[in-house]
Amino acid sequence: MLDALIPAFLRPESASVQAAKVDAIFIGLLLISSAIVLLVVGLVVTFAIRYRRGSSAKRGEMPTIVSREFEVGWTAATLFIFVFIFWWAASVEIGAFSPPKDAIEIHVVGKQWMWKTQGPSGTREINELHVPVGAPVRLLLTSQDVIHSFYVPAFRLKRDALPYQQTETWFQATKTGTYHLLCTEYCGTDHSRMVGRIIVMEPQDYAQWLTRQPERDGLAELGERLFSERGCSGCHNAGSKVHAPSLAGIWGQSVPLEGGRTATVDEAYVRDSILQPERDVVAGYEPIMPSYEGKLSDGEIQALTAYIRHGTDRFDLIGSLNLAPAQNICAPGQTPPESAPNQSLRSPVMVPGAPASGDTPP
Amino acid sequence: MSGASSDASTLANPRELDLGLPVSYLAEGRSVASWLFTTDHKRIAILYALSITFFFFIGGAAATLVRLELFTPEGNIVGADTYNKLFSLHGIVMVWFFLIPSIPTTMGNFLLPLMIGARDLAFPKLNLISWYLNMAGGLLTLAAVLAGGIDTGWTFYVPYSTVFSNTFVTLAVLGVFVSGFSTIATGVNFIATVHYLRAPGMTWFRLPLFVWAMYTTSLIFVLATPVLALTLVLVIAERTFNLPIFDPARGGDPILFQHLFWFYSHPAVYIMILPAMGVISEVITCYARRRIFGYSFMVYALVAIAVIGFFTWGHHMFTSGMSPFAALVFSFLSFIVAVPSAIKVFNWTATLYRGQIGFESPMLYALGFLGLFTMGGLTGLFLASVPIDVHVQDTYFVVAHFHYIMVGASVSAYFAGLHFWWPKVTGRMYPESWARFAALLMFFGFNLTFFPQFIAGYLGMPRRYYTYPPEFQVWNVLSSSGAAVLAAAYLMPLGYLTWSLFFGGRALNDPWNATGLEWRTTSPPPRQNFFGNPQVLAPPYDYHPEATPPGDEPRIAEKGALT
Repeated sequence: MLDALIPAFLRPESASVQAAKVDAIFIGLLLISSAIVLLVVGLVVTFAIRYRRGSSAKRGEMPTIVSREFEVGWTAATLFIFVFIFWWAASVEIGAFSPPKDAIEIHVVGKQWMWKTQGPSGTREINELHVPVGAPVRLLLTSQDVIHSFYVPAFRLKRDALPYQQTETWFQATKTGTYHLLCTEYCGTDHSRMVGRIIVMEPQDYAQWLTRQPERDGLAELGERLFSERGCSGCHNAGSKVHAPSLAGIWGQSVPLEGGRTATVDEAYVRDSILQPERDVVAGYEPIMPSYEGKLSDGEIQALTAYIRHGTDRFDLIGSLNLAPAQNICAPGQTPPESAPNQSLRSPVMVPGAPASGDTPP
Repeated sequence: MSGASSDASTLANPRELDLGLPVSYLAEGRSVASWLFTTDHKRIAILYALSITFFFFIGGAAATLVRLELFTPEGNIVGADTYNKLFSLHGIVMVWFFLIPSIPTTMGNFLLPLMIGARDLAFPKLNLISWYLNMAGGLLTLAAVLAGGIDTGWTFYVPYSTVFSNTFVTLAVLGVFVSGFSTIATGVNFIATVHYLRAPGMTWFRLPLFVWAMYTTSLIFVLATPVLALTLVLVIAERTFNLPIFDPARGGDPILFQHLFWFYSHPAVYIMILPAMGVISEVITCYARRRIFGYSFMVYALVAIAVIGFFTWGHHMFTSGMSPFAALVFSFLSFIVAVPSAIKVFNWTATLYRGQIGFESPMLYALGFLGLFTMGGLTGLFLASVPIDVHVQDTYFVVAHFHYIMVGASVSAYFAGLHFWWPKVTGRMYPESWARFAALLMFFGFNLTFFPQFIAGYLGMPRRYYTYPPEFQVWNVLSSSGAAVLAAAYLMPLGYLTWSLFFGGRALNDPWNATGLEWRTTSPPPRQNFFGNPQVLAPPYDYHPEATPPGDEPRIAEKGALT
């Protein structure tokens, strides 16, 4: 009801649980501040007119003794008001700090100059994020290069994305619609074009949208996890003390074996090497690897193979998107620079205003 | 001080009554060398005034281009990279080569010895060296601009500045680093001067508030600037010598940079505002013909701001992923530091009560300061509240807030002081009606420029945006129009003050009938500042006997040349 004090065109869109709380404090502070400004300006103007030089206003005796009482009085009053505001703001902040347990987890990666998001089922988006209305959403943010900041004005939400560190925040949208996503930490040339949109949908629309997303090959990710869970990385990683060949970038290469033979690294060779490691040992290495016969299912071997095919050094969440910085897009509602010849090469999701699901009509 | 007992006959204006007295400091040598190698604090103040005026107009030109570009949501006048370089130039030059040196090195240099009855600063040669260091820093930074510019913003955030930016960061950072030594030297000089060179009778609680403001500012100079120097050295080390310090790819921590940077840069905000508070205390008392209300509270407030200001830096980093409890501690301290500022505003207002208020141009600037500082201070409370800060951090709300403090308040105070002491410094009177017009124009131009930015920021427009979503255009058009008015208002004093140097009427020794030792000598003062040895017999702002209201005295002394 306090919102009514501010005319609509001066109010930012309010579309999250947090927004309502922030607005309440903002309006409270605005009222207190306006009162103080009116008091100060009112007194200054009144005194300036009443006690202008040569005016007939009675000056009377100067009250010297009250000076200290006045000082102590208004020091205490301002201290009380300021501490009260602090307590109010702080209690809202503490109350809203932790996300609910069942929040949807979204990973966000900032890079010069785009936002990449990945939902729980592996749906990936560039400069866009689809979320259902009414559900808490937890954001896990990181950056690939410099510091960025993830800002959604309509949610009163902002959190820096730091390179090599993870920060988090959360929100719960209360209104369907499309909202600005802006970068608010200066990050270089196209900082002002590192913008996108948050699309808040009804839960059933969101579910439909999810089913329309292309199936993703999750095999390599599974393989990556197995690679460390089953101890492969203990010997085959670059930093390992055990003398074992690195698997980075070996897919399709031919490797020298004991006894002058060579072998090409393909599905069969990888599978054999996992199950019968002593058979084709790479020249210069001891046959120390134990057999994984019976310890890995066929599916797991496939996953590991997919991971090695992808390249153990190159594979990561960020790299797999593999986009050049030049391909970043404009804000919704902005026209792309005319000099962009590769515009047609962009995925539909990167074209402003295009339906987020691609070509298929809903 | 009316109680200052200087031999009255030695205070004659030599133009009107030639007693064979020493000439003014301006007449002691007219060669360029006599200026460049001077150790006279008054001449060094003039050197500083020239250099900061130069930098003010460079920073102002960059701001003008920025505001022109933001007239429309698309980019049309300059490119994105040029735009980034322009706002960086504006910030770096205005902060380090205008605002931080502005009042301390010009009015502080000129008036501090005069106000406490000293012949010069404690270390006159160090004073000259500090000007050269300041110039060297400024020119290094300008060299970076001419070489191709720097695009990091004035905050030099890593890893952008150390690893990613392809501009002349090292050169510009080196310039700021060098200028830091200039401020440290000035701080040491002022502290020593206030401690050791006060005239007999000038006790600590008889110091004019301007001197207290200079003293507290100097404490921040000396304690905070070394942290900036260290931080900038680390930036140069990482960028130039490839040492892994902040780069997270090599185990560094970019947040460490932010802590170090703001540990200096938040107190630096108080470096910009405390001297302004000192100027305003002098001007308001003079034109209200009143003793300052609550002198001792005004002193405690200055000290409290300087001390507590050191512990609030974290409020610049609420969204950086700081622990929520650390954020609340910084939030609390930021509210506490606002209390002494509020006390000062109330005391200035109370000083007007039962005064004899005149509206000469310095007073107009001072009254403008009161309003703008109140606005800037109160919007600081919004930013100190964590949930609101999360929304408006790094938006135009922040830009508007700190411009209300740094430009609205500090620059208004700078112009108030400039007009107030102009007759003392130059011996000339400026055209009063032009000055009043400029003061009013500056106030309206300022509000038109920066008030719309509060709204744009609250609606969600981020700062440092070259292009912006079109719904923010109306606020930017208002702001850019205001900037045009403001630019005109800033150019006007340049015109009429220069005019007054040649054609202005001769100034009396005490044209405003003010108290204060600086008015107890000729306008302009001689090299030795005073004839005879000043002695102080009364508290400052002795405009009327205690318990008796001020009478309607004429502002321009009609007592002839002998004051």
